[in-house]
Amino acid sequence: MTSIPHTNLIPSSAPSRGKVGMACLIFAECWFFAGFIVAYLFYIGKSSSGPMPREVIDIKPVLVNSAALIASSFTVIAALRGLARSHMGSFRFWMALTIVLGSYFIYGTAMEWRGFIVDHHLTISTNLFGTTYYSLVGFHAFHVIVGLCLLTTILVLSLMGHIHVVRDYLRVELVSWYWHFVDAVWIVVFTTVYIVGMRP
Amino acid sequence: MKRFFTGSFLAMCVVALAVCFPSITHAAVAEICTPGSPASSASAPSGPTILPNIFDPHGPPARMIHDLSWLVLGICGGLFILVEGMIFYGVIFYRRKKNDKSKNEPRQVYGSNPVEIAWTIIPLLIVFVLALTTVRTIRSIELTEAPEGALQVVVIGHQWWWEYRYLDASIPGGEVVVANELHVPINRPVWLRLESADVIHSWWVPALAGKMDVIPNHTNYTWFNAESEGLYLGQCAEYCGNQHAGMLLRVIASKPAEFDAWLQTQIAPAVNDASVAMGRDIFQEYACSNCHTVKGVSDGQFAPDLSHLMSRQTIAAGVAPLDPTTLKAWIDNPQALKPGCNMPSLQLDPQELDAVTAYLLTLR
Amino acid sequence: MTTAPIHPTSETSIGFGSRVHSWVISVDHKKLGMMYIGAGLIFFMLGGIEATLMRLQLMKPLNDMLTPHGFNQMFTMHGTTMVFLVGMPVLLGFGNYLIPLMIGARDMAFPRLNAFGLWLFIFGGLLLYYSFIGGDGLYGMGGAPDVGWFAYSPLTSKAFSVGHATDYWILGIMVSGFGSMTTAINFMATILCMRCPGMTFMRMPLFVWLMFTVGILVLLALPVLTGAQVMLLFDRFLGAHFFDPQQQGSVIFWQHLFWFFGHPEVYILILPAFGMICEIIPVFSRKVIFGYPLMVAATLSIAFISLGVWVHHMFSVGLPPWLNSIFAASTFLIAVPTGMKMFNWIGTMWGGNIRFTVSMMFATGFLVMFLFGGLTGIMLAVVPFDWQLSDSYFVVGHFHYVLFGGTMLAVFSAVFYWFPKATGRLLSEPMGKWTFWMFMIGLTLTFFPMHLSGVLGMPRRVYTYQPGRGFELWNLISSSGVPFQIVGVLLLVTNIIKSLINGRVAGPDPWDAWTLEWATSSPPPSENFPKIPTCTSPRPLWDRKHPEDPDCFYE
Repeated sequence: MTSIPHTNLIPSSAPSRGKVGMACLIFAECWFFAGFIVAYLFYIGKSSSGPMPREVIDIKPVLVNSAALIASSFTVIAALRGLARSHMGSFRFWMALTIVLGSYFIYGTAMEWRGFIVDHHLTISTNLFGTTYYSLVGFHAFHVIVGLCLLTTILVLSLMGHIHVVRDYLRVELVSWYWHFVDAVWIVVFTTVYIVGMRP
Repeated sequence: MKRFFTGSFLAMCVVALAVCFPSITHAAVAEICTPGSPASSASAPSGPTILPNIFDPHGPPARMIHDLSWLVLGICGGLFILVEGMIFYGVIFYRRKKNDKSKNEPRQVYGSNPVEIAWTIIPLLIVFVLALTTVRTIRSIELTEAPEGALQVVVIGHQWWWEYRYLDASIPGGEVVVANELHVPINRPVWLRLESADVIHSWWVPALAGKMDVIPNHTNYTWFNAESEGLYLGQCAEYCGNQHAGMLLRVIASKPAEFDAWLQTQIAPAVNDASVAMGRDIFQEYACSNCHTVKGVSDGQFAPDLSHLMSRQTIAAGVAPLDPTTLKAWIDNPQALKPGCNMPSLQLDPQELDAVTAYLLTLR
Repeated sequence: MTTAPIHPTSETSIGFGSRVHSWVISVDHKKLGMMYIGAGLIFFMLGGIEATLMRLQLMKPLNDMLTPHGFNQMFTMHGTTMVFLVGMPVLLGFGNYLIPLMIGARDMAFPRLNAFGLWLFIFGGLLLYYSFIGGDGLYGMGGAPDVGWFAYSPLTSKAFSVGHATDYWILGIMVSGFGSMTTAINFMATILCMRCPGMTFMRMPLFVWLMFTVGILVLLALPVLTGAQVMLLFDRFLGAHFFDPQQQGSVIFWQHLFWFFGHPEVYILILPAFGMICEIIPVFSRKVIFGYPLMVAATLSIAFISLGVWVHHMFSVGLPPWLNSIFAASTFLIAVPTGMKMFNWIGTMWGGNIRFTVSMMFATGFLVMFLFGGLTGIMLAVVPFDWQLSDSYFVVGHFHYVLFGGTMLAVFSAVFYWFPKATGRLLSEPMGKWTFWMFMIGLTLTFFPMHLSGVLGMPRRVYTYQPGRGFELWNLISSSGVPFQIVGVLLLVTNIIKSLINGRVAGPDPWDAWTLEWATSSPPPSENFPKIPTCTSPRPLWDRKHPEDPDCFYE
């Protein structure tokens, strides 16, 4: 049933169904995040007890983290370019670097959370700041982890020699779209939590 | 010609129905409701019982809404007759004739710009008018501060009863607390501050004003001005759990002098009758006092204040009339009268039950 | 007419078990579509049983047939079922079945994802219904959710909703919601990528246009609900404070999130019905749809405006006057494109040669009922009037006219119209006429008096009411409509079963219709078209049947 020949149906100008599918998924995800971002903005400064954002947030490691995540968006572009030229070595190198940068971001988030929980005793149930912060940043981190799983799968498949440029370029490109989306969400989350949310 | 007659006949039927419809409603209401509600017959208030009919307003906010609603009903009714008439006209006159066996198709009409523009613009104009009148009425009803000389009352919604706190400088201590029956003077605005102790409720006495939600951690205000004496009925309008249906509202509007007299009885300390000391002891020793306040005896906060219980007409938030038999049954097993309510049965033995009932009956 | 077997011999000769298996593993959009509709019909009967129990309870004042807790479970499950487990799957099922056929494709864009979506919906529904026995263990009444279908906090917090009833509500809806989202993605990809040669956007059947719009709305509204439900889960399980007034959390915030989903959801439930009517009325009036471009424009503007009307569910929350005014205005505005559609349908019938098949009768019933529901909707948009009417039985009457009188009548119309395509056999027309009149009488008897009891001050969601307030007569009439509807449902089910066994053979094009699904055999072969069709106009089959006066001249 799944081997239906689709190619002869597509009007010449029609986009690929994979791209439309991924674009729709990203569109839906945007609205999911919108709920949590609105919740964060709505509850800024409404916590009935501490700790407050300004008391616990240390912006410096977060900036390093963010730089790593944003850089990973460029490395994934480089990886795709390598794949397009069939330079599998370059593709694997940039892919691995992307995964390292993404993993560093997760490590950085984990360290930030450790500091909050151990040093400041801030958990999701402490106050509204904890509630909204952990949900928003946590859901973003969850999406980064999903992206990392996808990227790692691609890297492992390519090391095993299962990635073929013609057949798989679009698939890898779609995963890169997802990765860019995760990156873009972080820019919004960063602005919300570390810039707008820091107002006294 | 035949088409025209049948069409006008149908249109007339629809008009007739539309015109009769409100009067049928009123007639039926009047017919059903003349006996009066059983709860009100227990101890008659001054004045009639006023049913929660939104087309029977007895004060400014309800009347403004009522006037607006006739305009809206008129416009919507007119549209209904017009469009429904068009549908029926089409259905009847463009239906295929019984003996029509031909394969001919009717003329294909793909659209018509003037017609389509017309039925875009005309509805736009209609809703524009509706929007303007709506905004005007919102502005005159939704006040941001208390009207001049208003009686100020805090309404606190509980699962499943109402607490009223009268705020007035003339009251010793600044406030007096009563439960479930709101007494107000006629022809004086009443400014309500709405708060909730638990979940969302909604305060709705249709003959006086539209509903306003009673929300935890969010204070709302509403107002009304009862213009005639009587007992106004209503009930909680936002689903609030098990006994949402048993959270009835009663507003008793009376002449200012009668209202003042009533307020004095509520300010007075609770009666302390030595002949029912046993009942009072049981009330204090058992769980009753944890939830109920009787001034000078207990100060529970979770249930209605009983200091002047016998000045009310009903118990259990208006679910039953207040008389010795019902009161005793209620104390014995509240779950039978109001299943799911928060008052437990204390498993009193018959003697204790009689004593507590006798005590409560003295709290005038 | 011969009574040849409609299934290929290879299928009829295999055993029952293997046939069930072939449905379970199927990724064919037609089988999936039929399973959506079939499952929806089963949930429709469950929701109907709940409604019947409520009407029996409310037949007389101070009735004690149901406990308050039992009644509250009934209306919660009835609302949740009808919206999430009947309306959405049935409509998405029709979309699944019809979109590829109408645009001349062999299947959906992602057939396996499609099957995944169906099974998510079915298991989500089962999870929700499992709460009847699983919520509080098997003791007593069990623990179906009792917080209402819009589950206002703080009634859903751990303090007021002990046990796991609310968790079943959250997770059941969430799982079936993921199913709906995958289906929406599939619709978008199919419509954008899989159209046959010549099928430009402005030649798509209006049903496809409406399902495309619904796809956008699902992708935009359901994630917000899912997000809100995740917050609620965090509140209930991790001690978060999103909706906790004790810690300055806002219970109104839940209402904003819920209705930001909830109002587009209403259009998710009505737009596909519009689409069905847009296909059925022209065919039986023998006229092209009046004002096709205006219909498309109206659809898109309804979808757009529906994003900005959610506060009209919250007029009695005590929001500032300016906010209430803005949302009243946007709500009035959405009536305009809806009105255009109504007028265009009437314009299509005007001057036609209307054949009153059962399908057309239901479509006309839709017009009559939906008009009433739409106009009471305008009344509810008048904010001060809404302060009186909201949360009263008037609202219950209003949305049943829209959702039962509107959506469900359109669905019945569509069942009669497309059943021959899906099975190769016609449904019985005489029995169908009885079904139609049973529903029309039942609907009017049940839902019209609700407006009156609402005006007389009866709030919704009350398990009983006081005598002497004028509610008795209207509630009694309401309940008296129930038997008519039960007979209607039973007639419909009998009709379907009977016609499946020995209905009249339909042939590929029983209604002399014009869209591409009628260009293939009934039922269509497994890849729909032996040869991919081409499209020359919005009515490709009209062009073939009337080469002397084809549509493409008028484009």
